[in-house]
Amino acid sequence: MAEQRRPLTGYRRPDGRVGIRNHVIVLPVDDLSNAACEAAANIVPGTLAIPHAYGRLQFGEDLELHFRSIIGTGANPNVAAVVVIGIEPSWTERVVQGIAATGKPVEGFSIERHGDLRTIEKAARTLARFHQDASELQREPVERGELMLSIKCGESDTTSGLGSCPTTSEAVDRWVDAGGTVLFGETSELTGGEHLIAERCVNDEVRKKFQGLYDRYLARIEAEGANLLGSQPTQGNIRGGLSTIEEKAMGNIAKTGSVPVVDALEPAEAPTVPGLNFMDTSSAAAECVTLMAAAGAVLHLFPTGQGNVIGHPIEPVIKLTANPVTAETMTEHIDLDCSGLLRREYPLPHAGDQLMDICDRTINGRLTGAELMGHREFALTRLYPSA
Amino acid sequence: MPEEHTKAVPQFLAHKEGDHVAVAVQDVSPGTAHGCILHGDQDLTVDVQDTVPLGHKIALTDLAEGVDVIEYGVRVGITTAPITAGQYVHTHNVRSARWQSSVAH
Repeated sequence: MAEQRRPLTGYRRPDGRVGIRNHVIVLPVDDLSNAACEAAANIVPGTLAIPHAYGRLQFGEDLELHFRSIIGTGANPNVAAVVVIGIEPSWTERVVQGIAATGKPVEGFSIERHGDLRTIEKAARTLARFHQDASELQREPVERGELMLSIKCGESDTTSGLGSCPTTSEAVDRWVDAGGTVLFGETSELTGGEHLIAERCVNDEVRKKFQGLYDRYLARIEAEGANLLGSQPTQGNIRGGLSTIEEKAMGNIAKTGSVPVVDALEPAEAPTVPGLNFMDTSSAAAECVTLMAAAGAVLHLFPTGQGNVIGHPIEPVIKLTANPVTAETMTEHIDLDCSGLLRREYPLPHAGDQLMDICDRTINGRLTGAELMGHREFALTRLYPSA
Repeated sequence: MPEEHTKAVPQFLAHKEGDHVAVAVQDVSPGTAHGCILHGDQDLTVDVQDTVPLGHKIALTDLAEGVDVIEYGVRVGITTAPITAGQYVHTHNVRSARWQSSVAH
């Protein structure tokens, strides 16, 4: 196959899953532990702290989502090893145990009865050892079907629906044909086209799950006595020519390929069925990508119109645009300019070939624009306020 | 790389045959504009009445107030004013059919 012309390489982790980066991270359980995590990562250059704002007094389903998101991030195969720091030992241990199930190196430290300084010293010593060990891990040949892909578009405009989303669609179909798993989400941005996704569900059981997740989202909005006018479409969308949520949804759906939807997942839930999986997510870029990375995705495709600049700490984000103004004015962020589709310079499968080429080079280690620009957006999804 | 697929550079593209609106793929000034259907061979010509920026929409047909606007072959909104072929179509004359008011400003 043309897609296999370039051998792919990656890091095979102890649980058999395959990553395309080899990060060693320091993961806070809660906001209080950010300072110690950042201090430890500063002592060992090349390691990465992933600070965030939450993790205290959450409860119920919202707390479960927090653990799923944090544990999933540490468990992601783009991560070689993890140091976990929390304010107290029990939730810290819960995160450590969750990540340890993957078989990768992980150790946890808690701050109470030790203080930041002693915790930082212990964490940094462990981190140095993990980093040195990870530096000896080798890339090995991998198959496309072993690499979990995620997709989400942002700052969309009408060029997204005409060019960058159909180009992404080409990659989705080829990924699934190769036996791979692809995640899409953005529940709110299906509005007006949700019936098209329901029709593509592989059976009635999946269709019911999908419809349940979509209806739950609608009910949540209606319970607030609100609608999303003013938020959907965004002011950026409107500036780019999109007039309604339905028009935006059609562009969004244009990136999901032609393959069936094999399952419908809760936020940050790891997929179990190969193929195209729907996940209930926010349509906010960082929240969506964070949930998909926590579910195990190792490479993200991000079609943009007006020029969203998002990246993620551990999942490389490839940006493509068909908007010639964005391609010209934001070159450092754009990995693929497919604006030639709007000028009809080449057919869609040619743009698909170009995207697959960028994907393969990124898998093999080429840095994305977002990695070069230091974009490491990490945004945890909250279901309701803390107690 | 470019093949027989290559044609004159269009000024606007419509997603599907029968769509009520097309997207300007360059800044379009009033006057005769040429475009086509995406992934098709059918050429379209419209007498554009307004200045339409890149990425914004042009009506391909006359539409009364309060009727469906078809793009991608599906309803993407409802007109809030009468629209004639060649006019600029955006939030000033189209609203969501799902959320019951015009786009907030």
